[in-house]
Amino acid sequence: MKKLLPTSRIAIAIASLLLAITFFTPVWYIWMWAPQYPEGLSLYIWLNNITGDVDIINGLNHYIGMKHIKVEMFPEFEVMPAIVGGIMAFGLLTALVGRRWLLWAFLLTFIAIGIAGMVDFWMWGYDYGHNLDPTAAIKVPGMAYQPPLIGSKELLNFIAYSAPDIGGWMFISTGLLTVSALVFDIVRNKR
Amino acid sequence: MKKSSFFQLGTAVAAAVVIGLFPGCKPKAPGQVGVGDAATKTYVAPGQYDEFYNIVSGGFNGQMSVVGLPSGRVFRIVPVFSVNPESGYGYSEESKAMLNTSFGFVPWDDLHHIALSTTKGEHDGRWAFGNANNTPRVARVDLTTFETTEIIELPNSGGNHSSPFITENSEYVVASSRFSVPIGTDAQRDVPINTYKENFKGTVSFISVDTEGGMKLAFQLVAPPVNFDLARSGKGKSHGWFFFSCYNTEAAYSLLEVNASQKDKDYIMALNWKKAEEYIKEGKGTMTKARYAHNKMDHHSFTATSTILEEVLQLDPSVLKDIIYFIPCPKSPHGCDVDPSGEYIVGSGKLAAQIPVFSFTKLMKAIEDKDFEGDYAGHPVVRYESALHGIVEKPGLGPLHTEFDGKGNAYTSMFVSSEVVKWDIATLQVLDRIPTYYSVGHICIPGGPTAKPHGKYLIAYNKITKDRYLPTGPELCHAAQLYDISGDKMKLLLDFPTIGEPHYAEALPASLIKDKQVTFYKLEENTHPYAAKGEGEAKVVRKGKEIHVYMTSIRSHFSPDNIEGVKIGDEVYFHVTNLEQDWDVPHGFAIRGAKTAETLIMPGATQTLKWVPERVGVVPFYCTDFCSALHQEMQGYIRISPANSNVELKYSLGETSPQ
Repeated sequence: MKKLLPTSRIAIAIASLLLAITFFTPVWYIWMWAPQYPEGLSLYIWLNNITGDVDIINGLNHYIGMKHIKVEMFPEFEVMPAIVGGIMAFGLLTALVGRRWLLWAFLLTFIAIGIAGMVDFWMWGYDYGHNLDPTAAIKVPGMAYQPPLIGSKELLNFIAYSAPDIGGWMFISTGLLTVSALVFDIVRNKR
Repeated sequence: MKKSSFFQLGTAVAAAVVIGLFPGCKPKAPGQVGVGDAATKTYVAPGQYDEFYNIVSGGFNGQMSVVGLPSGRVFRIVPVFSVNPESGYGYSEESKAMLNTSFGFVPWDDLHHIALSTTKGEHDGRWAFGNANNTPRVARVDLTTFETTEIIELPNSGGNHSSPFITENSEYVVASSRFSVPIGTDAQRDVPINTYKENFKGTVSFISVDTEGGMKLAFQLVAPPVNFDLARSGKGKSHGWFFFSCYNTEAAYSLLEVNASQKDKDYIMALNWKKAEEYIKEGKGTMTKARYAHNKMDHHSFTATSTILEEVLQLDPSVLKDIIYFIPCPKSPHGCDVDPSGEYIVGSGKLAAQIPVFSFTKLMKAIEDKDFEGDYAGHPVVRYESALHGIVEKPGLGPLHTEFDGKGNAYTSMFVSSEVVKWDIATLQVLDRIPTYYSVGHICIPGGPTAKPHGKYLIAYNKITKDRYLPTGPELCHAAQLYDISGDKMKLLLDFPTIGEPHYAEALPASLIKDKQVTFYKLEENTHPYAAKGEGEAKVVRKGKEIHVYMTSIRSHFSPDNIEGVKIGDEVYFHVTNLEQDWDVPHGFAIRGAKTAETLIMPGATQTLKWVPERVGVVPFYCTDFCSALHQEMQGYIRISPANSNVELKYSLGETSPQ
């Protein structure tokens, strides 16, 4: 079994510890702009909460029959902190044990969880945008209001923009750092 | 070696993270549209006049404001349905009757819409009508004095939103109910709310207007319990017809935001009022018991009288056929506007994503051919496609109200997408769009609803101002935008705050009324019973507990200005006549402790302030309108003695004590 270089092990430890930041910062945000809201409206998604102009957005969206956004509609919030804690522990264990196969296992787990998270987010967005109250006041034929997964999209009089927040960038950084550590380790050991 | 490799790894990762941290693709909020030489286009040099008068509803302030265009300057606030302590309107003994209703004195209302009088479909500059939404009334403002001259109450109306709208030659001002209510006897009105469909009625009231402007409730149509929203008279070829937007055809009586928004189509109601007149001539109407006030201001006695009327002529169009027809119109139409030719009727479904335009010619043919798709509450519903001229596709979101420029174009306000959209009436193609700041309600083009629009400017009246002006706590000003619509592209010229909460407004060329203004009232024509038409007529008279002061005011004194012999328990009536016979010299009158307001007296007029003294002492009164260089000297005293005192009643001017 190949042992990891010390540099890689340090990098993996840092990568894992970066995730600690996600407990204190929003992971994702959705920003919406309309003529009447020149200042924009924001939604911040945390590991276990959703904050920002939730009430204003709920007030607006009820005209078109969208569900009220509230913490209880996200069962994910109950398990997210534990999952992230688990990833951190796995990463630190990898750094400690220092085996290449463990790094592979860690990286693949991390990517799998990341994909699962994005799929889950997309599915929520699909349901939120499509599953409309049939008695809504405003019904625009053929119109759905699924927020963009990432990037911007026009929804009636709103422009919606979705992107990672600081916590999200931490996840991306963890991923990049872990990949870099693995590549570095492979390249170095080949020389 | 080891150190540098660690460095390499570090920089690679850092670079990736830093690049990622800049979300460069966040869309920018669209900025301000360019205004170019707008300032010079709205600049009215000192001493110059504006080109248009803009008569603007004040919404919840119950007033009208008079604004100049293109400058946006406010000239005057005309109190209509609300008391105005500034002028004494609703406080002075003479004006109180203007605000009388069948419910008694009502000091406030919500004035939404303006209708200017027309002749042959064009503005004639005689009167401005306004509606009271809450306690249903219609008022007439005389455009030679800018004073509220007449108010008529509307019986059997739950709320007077779809009002006032005027026929081509000002034959009728039409007012219909937004809130349907059960009408008739006490027993007919005391019904469970959930019997809405069976027991509730809408009403459409036709107020006839005589050549002097005098209003009379000519007849009232009892309609199905829809909510009437807005309306327009036909003109030209469609003269004799009237068109009303109707929502809540679901007949909801609770949670209307959901329950009145369910049908894909509501209606525009087409009403043949010439036919209604025929039925009346044949004696087909029914005189029905009602109770409503009719208030008139007399401009010789400066005194309003209020008469309570007891009956109204009603027509039941479900029995008297061929008066009303319904045309399907998508969803919850707000605006219902007729183009200058009278051929096209534009329905603005506020929840719809398109604007249907109906053709009067096609509508007539469909009615003739009995091309109906069903009935609504016993009235024929014309087949949608048969009456349709065409549809403006994807105009914007939340179409509310349409005006016309007389050059074949229509302009529709879009509440939700906060813009004005210009489109071609014939081809139905969208030609241009421009943002408003924010959430525009009504729009106004001078002459826009008439047969002869002056398509130079468009004003947008907005519901939200947000970040447009210096903030003033939780409540912000409402505002308007002025656009130049003389070219192919609309251009923003001016953004200005408005008074109250304007809904609809109309504008007309200044030349139509500027030179007809009353500058003062002739003293010799003053018929006020307590007028003192010269200082020789000034006096104080006791009638039991009432003290009547026949007072004059002229620069810069009152006569009399010393009054004694008034006792606790007396009621003092100051009847102040302004003896000035020149323009722009009003005098004011105020007295300490008066629980009403000041009164402002125009030259040649008489106004009365009632005051009940409660404390012994000498009380000053003074002129509140800065009338002259010696305005600060324009004052007087009244002595108040105990109830049982023997002080003799006397009054004087300029007397001094013997030395």
